[in-house]
Amino acid sequence: MRELDSRLIAEAVADMCVRANTVLPDDVRAALDLARRDEDGEAARGILDTIIENYRAAGPVPICQDTGLACVFVEVGQDVHISGSLADAVNAGVAKGYTDGYLRKSVVRDPLDRVNTGDNTPALLYTELVPGDRVKITVAPKGAGSENMSRIAMLKPSDGIGGVRDFVLETVRLAGPNPCPPIVVGVGIGGNFDKAALLAKRALLRPVGSHNPAETYSALESELLTLINSTGIGPQGLGGRTTALGVNIETMPTHIASLPCAVNINCHVSRHVTEVL
Amino acid sequence: MTYELTAPLTRDAAARLRAGDSVLISGVIFSARDAAHKRLCELLDAGKPLPLPLEGSVIYYMGPSPALPGTPIGAAGPTTSYRMDAYAPRLLALGNLGMIGKGRRSREVVEAMKEAGAVYFGATGGAGALLSRCITSAEVAAWPDLGAEALMRLEVKDFPAVVVIDSLGNDLYDIGPRQYHERHGEK
Repeated sequence: MRELDSRLIAEAVADMCVRANTVLPDDVRAALDLARRDEDGEAARGILDTIIENYRAAGPVPICQDTGLACVFVEVGQDVHISGSLADAVNAGVAKGYTDGYLRKSVVRDPLDRVNTGDNTPALLYTELVPGDRVKITVAPKGAGSENMSRIAMLKPSDGIGGVRDFVLETVRLAGPNPCPPIVVGVGIGGNFDKAALLAKRALLRPVGSHNPAETYSALESELLTLINSTGIGPQGLGGRTTALGVNIETMPTHIASLPCAVNINCHVSRHVTEVL
Repeated sequence: MTYELTAPLTRDAAARLRAGDSVLISGVIFSARDAAHKRLCELLDAGKPLPLPLEGSVIYYMGPSPALPGTPIGAAGPTTSYRMDAYAPRLLALGNLGMIGKGRRSREVVEAMKEAGAVYFGATGGAGALLSRCITSAEVAAWPDLGAEALMRLEVKDFPAVVVIDSLGNDLYDIGPRQYHERHGEK
């Protein structure tokens, strides 16, 4: 069995927290550039210019002051043994990255007493056991402005694809200008209450512009993107074509009585960095 | 129209602004978000003085990332404003004339703005790296224990924003998308 020192995980996480918050991924850059080309309103184009200028200006200053909750997805190969605690290593990496990288500490220790923990820990750690002897880590800092606009519905099977479409559109309309459009929309369909939400979050890790391998859902992604970009909400909600940069759908089997549908909204600072150890 | 504004604002300067106008704000503004607003209102409840002059004030809904060495402040873009809706009418009634943030405001806030002759500005959300360049100095004015949520006094130079809701209650979040549909003839 392969041995992996947990300190290597901490170092990698620290580095990824800083990179994710200062360098916008290529897929989002490309989507913004494309949106700018296709936008026709003067004010909307001006906002997209500002957003593009901003990601180019970032580093070492973060792209956005909301450097997010540190969402850390770890796929652990069954044939690797991690010496030391994985959770401790991830948290040590987050604390180091957020402190040394001048990133904002946005975590409170309790949802009601609201005292800041001071180092952006604990991370939100999502683990999964997979075949192999590698450890794949994705750090996806998630801002709250967009997270707060996310919703879930326990639809009925009879609602079908139309119900899903209506719920996603309704969620985007209700969010309006609040989540810093242009947004990226993660949709999770199926599973149960909690798995649908997790699917929606995982959908946001997929590159903008990529498609679900199933034809039904790939077509639904394209249709929803067109519908969302016909709402007129536009960049920052001030009117325009570019309301969303992408719609990513992930699905899983579900109960005969259920059609859970979760919509996790991300802003245009859609951050994700992956490394394999 | 594009206006160069000096903060704190005068009533006349606020009154002539209309939804859709661009502004460049220079002068002294204060940043406060959820936790600082809660404490401001607790001080008002207790009848105690506030750590900022409200008359003509511009309050920026913002919690920055830490300043890098040799810079006054880190990334400094707006946070979503509706979370301050519960507190804003009290501050507007006491002289606050400008709010900078992003996102929709409640009916109660818009009514309080009309009453006070105040303006709500939108700054570009997610452009914190660029906006930080318009902040020339930053100091904690109260509650350092709140970290990024502390009340801060900021000196700004040509800080770019757009008038989203003017003192008559016109709302660019309604007008902008409507104009888009009028241009494109779709709904």
